Amino acid sequence: MSLMHQSQVSRQPAETGRVMGWLLLATLPGIAALSWHFGLGVLSNVLLAAGLGVGLEALVLRLRRRSLRPVLADNSALVTGVLLGASLPPGTSLWLIMVGMVAAIVVAKQLYGGLGQNPFNPAMVGYALLLISFPAAMTQWSAPHGLLGPEGLSPGDLLTRVIGIDTGLDGSLTPDAWSGATPLDAFKHKPEALLASEFWATTPLPEGTQAAWRDVALAWLAGGALLLYKRLIGWQIPLSMLAAMGALATLLYAVDPSHHGSPAFHWLSGAAVFGAFFIATDPVSAATSRKGKLYYGAGIGMLVMVIREAGAYPDAVAFAVLLMNFAVPFIDYYTQPRTQGHARPNRGIKVVRLDDEEAP
Amino acid sequence: MTKAFDFPGGIHPPARKAAATRAPITPAALPRRVVLPLGQHRGQPAEPCVAVGERVATGTVVARAQGLISADVHASITGEVIAIETHPVAHPGGLEETCIVIEGNGIEDDWAWMPPLDWRTSDAATLKARLAASGVVGLGGAGFPTQVKARVRERHAIDTLIINAAECEPYISADDMTLREHAAEVLEGARLMAHLSGAGRIVIGIEDDKPEAATALNTAIAAAGAESLEITLKRFPARYPSGGEKQLIKRLLDREVPSRGLPADVGVLCHNPGTLRAALQAVRDGRPLISRIVTLTGEALARPGNVEARLGTPMGELLAAAGLDERRLARLVMGGPMMGMELARLDLPLVKSSNCLIAATLEELPPPPAEQPCIRCGACEEACPAGLLPQQLYWFAKSREHDKAELFNLFDCIECGACSFVCPSHIPLVDYYRAAKGEIRARAFEAHKAEHARHRFEFRQARLEREAAEKEARRQARAQANKRPRPAAAAPTRRQEQPVSSQASPATPDADLKSLRIAQAAAKAAVRKAEKVLARVSQAGGGQGQGNGQSDGELADLEVQLATARENLAAVEARLAAARGAAHEAPSPDTDQERSS
Repeated sequence: MSLMHQSQVSRQPAETGRVMGWLLLATLPGIAALSWHFGLGVLSNVLLAAGLGVGLEALVLRLRRRSLRPVLADNSALVTGVLLGASLPPGTSLWLIMVGMVAAIVVAKQLYGGLGQNPFNPAMVGYALLLISFPAAMTQWSAPHGLLGPEGLSPGDLLTRVIGIDTGLDGSLTPDAWSGATPLDAFKHKPEALLASEFWATTPLPEGTQAAWRDVALAWLAGGALLLYKRLIGWQIPLSMLAAMGALATLLYAVDPSHHGSPAFHWLSGAAVFGAFFIATDPVSAATSRKGKLYYGAGIGMLVMVIREAGAYPDAVAFAVLLMNFAVPFIDYYTQPRTQGHARPNRGIKVVRLDDEEAP
Repeated sequence: MTKAFDFPGGIHPPARKAAATRAPITPAALPRRVVLPLGQHRGQPAEPCVAVGERVATGTVVARAQGLISADVHASITGEVIAIETHPVAHPGGLEETCIVIEGNGIEDDWAWMPPLDWRTSDAATLKARLAASGVVGLGGAGFPTQVKARVRERHAIDTLIINAAECEPYISADDMTLREHAAEVLEGARLMAHLSGAGRIVIGIEDDKPEAATALNTAIAAAGAESLEITLKRFPARYPSGGEKQLIKRLLDREVPSRGLPADVGVLCHNPGTLRAALQAVRDGRPLISRIVTLTGEALARPGNVEARLGTPMGELLAAAGLDERRLARLVMGGPMMGMELARLDLPLVKSSNCLIAATLEELPPPPAEQPCIRCGACEEACPAGLLPQQLYWFAKSREHDKAELFNLFDCIECGACSFVCPSHIPLVDYYRAAKGEIRARAFEAHKAEHARHRFEFRQARLEREAAEKEARRQARAQANKRPRPAAAAPTRRQEQPVSSQASPATPDADLKSLRIAQAAAKAAVRKAEKVLARVSQAGGGQGQGNGQSDGELADLEVQLATARENLAAVEARLAAARGAAHEAPSPDTDQERSS
């Protein structure tokens, strides 16, 4: 017992560690679908990143002279690792993952004070750093060869890839048959003169790529549904993010369908669904009030569309999430709910005047 | 069953009322010795009015109410006052309080009741005086003096009296059992209080987990037959904290009590069933509040149930009679597990607000797990019945950003504990809020003290000034009488010698008069403002509930402020009179006009 009067006697058995456990469980369909289509490289990513996450967290906790057990038991480093691992191109080199996880766990999380204190989503900080620093390695996705398909990566190949023997310093040296663009990437860089229908008729991507991405998106959706069902996330962020994306995509598609993807294309290729349910909903770095979450999600959705359509990067979830993380305190101050007994909600942070005599 | 409205948030803690509701209410054994704390109610502690060694009968007043919000304390057994001393009481901080200790022989029980009254024929003043003399306070846990609530009509129009039978805390069943067995008395008490407060209807709010009580109430309503008062019973699904006053009013009437306001502000009075019965007994039978129904429960008890126990009985005795196994007792809680307080010892006396004692085993109410970092999951926001952002309040409280916490309506928190209950990180959120509230109050108190000192200083200055001015006026009057023909141009210059000449400009009598008149108007305005503030605070102060000691300090300070303003006015008027006297000697075109104004 603390000296402070402990008034709460009765409690509900929900714990942060268990919340994170369910979250891990919910990532399984997405990871399974990714592995099914893109091979063992996905699993190596996830396992290495998760292991590094826990290891780095333990290391920093030692350096900070904190006890390891309660912190590691909350599973949050594991979650960060799994999420970053699932975002990386299959079979990413160990050292790349290492760089990403150091950025995520050490810089973005522990340097800010650990779980609950980080203003930015750790996994996305790691991902964004890698994407900016090693764009070639980060945008070269393999074609969907299946889990152990004949053209896929053999365990031996994977090992050499992961330990970085066959990659140059920029991590880009990969066999041609191996590297490929994502549908978003391919469509973005299609020639201006080509209409969308002509472009897809040329089969710009290895066979089954679009279907694979769609399956993966649907698998993430299934995991997201589990999170919603277990009430581990609210519906506000995923819904408003996907709705904002859909609205903007519909608008652009209606104006010029030959140069802009359809809403379904934007939802089902790239990281839209994954980001909506697993990244944007990170409670620590997201907006807090229910209304704020709607604005936050919509902001991410809009930024994703703006960057995809007008920016240099094919996918934009990481940047959109990080940019909206910046806006969270602002959103929080302006989206307080109306407290019972008040005529209207408070807005913003007002300066308290010390000489205000009439204040009751 | 009528439609109920909704309030946001709320939780469903596991119900644990069954154990104590199996058997009917039984009278507890007469204690040999009772310890009666003087502060069993909100407001100032009562003042003892008996001496050590005096013999008292059951029902004798042993301490009288002090101040605006207070209640009498009565002897709960027959015997001898053996001590008036500090004794540990049920207090979250484990503090001691002055108590009157009465020792009897455990058999003798002489009752000194007041004469019975018929509330339908007695006038309101008599009834209110009777309630005041009976020491009835809210028995739901808050302990607000009932006679003060009955007087609310003087300031607010009340249209509805609510019987708060929701009793949403797990474990507690005192109201449930009271209604099952004494529904008619509770209703009659409600009619009495409605009569006193001018309410035209009675609405009973009850959760649907108390079907027996609801049936008993329906029977009692039907038995009463046709009457002028509209009585409605509303049942709604159990959800904590629907028994919270503000939540219940929202739920039953869809009215929101304004922030820092009272139910009376929306025309409502809430009463707990036990209180209504006690009020009726006080009036009808002349029986002061000397006992109450208390739920004794928890897995460390062999025979949980509800007993009617004399106030001041040591809790340990009650629990022992209910078959307490001390080896299994891990935590003793007074009140409910959500909002109640944990007690450190068994010998504390039962008080008017003790509605439940939980003798819990370790498995039943395990100690809270270690606090983990907040991950801002938002579960607390979903649960908050007041529409607050608990996690933001937590960050502000933790980083001592008190102005931000206040801006996020910290003081609208009703401390129901729903947020702490759902927190996956086991953060005792309410404790943080209480600490923050305490710090804010302490800071405001310090500021008040400084302000108070300033006002006292100003008061003294104003008094000196008034005395000097009065002296001056007298002197001038004398001078006028003695040396009428002499020109009095020197008068204004003399005034310069006054200790504080504030706005009085000595240049010309004219300008002097003008500025004095302005000062007089300002002083009058200050007096009016001070009177208004004082009236408002003394009205509102009653119902605020929390921090009464402080609101008393505030009142004292406002009184000084008012006195200062009055002194200032008197001083200015005296000076004005003196100046007029002077001006009269040296007539100016302004003088007549001045007179008439």
